[in-house]
Amino acid sequence: MKKREVVIIPCSGIGKSLGTVGRAATYKVTDRLRPKETRTVCLALLTVGDIEASKLVRDNPCIAIDGCPAQCSKKNIEASNGNLAYSMTVTDVLRENRKLKPEGVIELNDQGDKLAEIVARKVTEKTDEILDKEKQE
Amino acid sequence: MTLATGKVGIICCSGEDLPEGTISRIATRLVLEKLRPDETVTLCLPLFLAGGEDERAFARVFPTIAVDGCSKKCAEMGTRKFSGKPVATIVVSEVMKKYPQLKARSREKLNTEEMELAMKVAEEIAAKVDQVLCKK
Repeated sequence: MKKREVVIIPCSGIGKSLGTVGRAATYKVTDRLRPKETRTVCLALLTVGDIEASKLVRDNPCIAIDGCPAQCSKKNIEASNGNLAYSMTVTDVLRENRKLKPEGVIELNDQGDKLAEIVARKVTEKTDEILDKEKQE
Repeated sequence: MTLATGKVGIICCSGEDLPEGTISRIATRLVLEKLRPDETVTLCLPLFLAGGEDERAFARVFPTIAVDGCSKKCAEMGTRKFSGKPVATIVVSEVMKKYPQLKARSREKLNTEEMELAMKVAEEIAAKVDQVLCKK
């Protein structure tokens, strides 16, 4: 049986720096913190109903990282009947870290990068929890 | 519904899984922030599904240019499916064929070469914006 990966999907967040924070956090996890256990997929593929992408999110636990309360990532995973294991919104994490002032979409400022690091650590913890639980089942 | 005058909507795929998706995103922002800030607006593509009728009216209110990273053309397809047919589509992988010396390798922070590529794509989008608005 093929090993299951946690699929981490940030929102597209083109209009706000918090969307870029979610995207940066995703790459910190998939490329550096848990490269063997996680991957991402283009959210737009879910929006258009791509068969392979829909199968991927149904067959693997998913974590949605949304930049704003519109929760596009979460809602698109749900619309694809995906296996949504956890969802988080960057605005909630920012509320817990009010001193940080993330700015920039083309390039995040240092504070945005710090916020992305915090989001990435939370996502890594959740990833480990999800995979530990699966091992026990 | 009538088209709003003076503004063009830009919808990019944002393609999280591919370097070309990041180029589509940065190129779109370059147009919005630097090249045509007064003539362009944008909307997150997944909001077509996650949002309501206001979001889905986007391509009926604004003439829209889709910016896609790859040949799957999610931005074009998604806009057409939920909102309205884009007036033009720009595909990053097609633009890259004109500049074989410029490679897209990173999904995260773009290096100088990748930023140059993003600017080439942005210039193509801006030219299309001008064409749509009959400026040139």
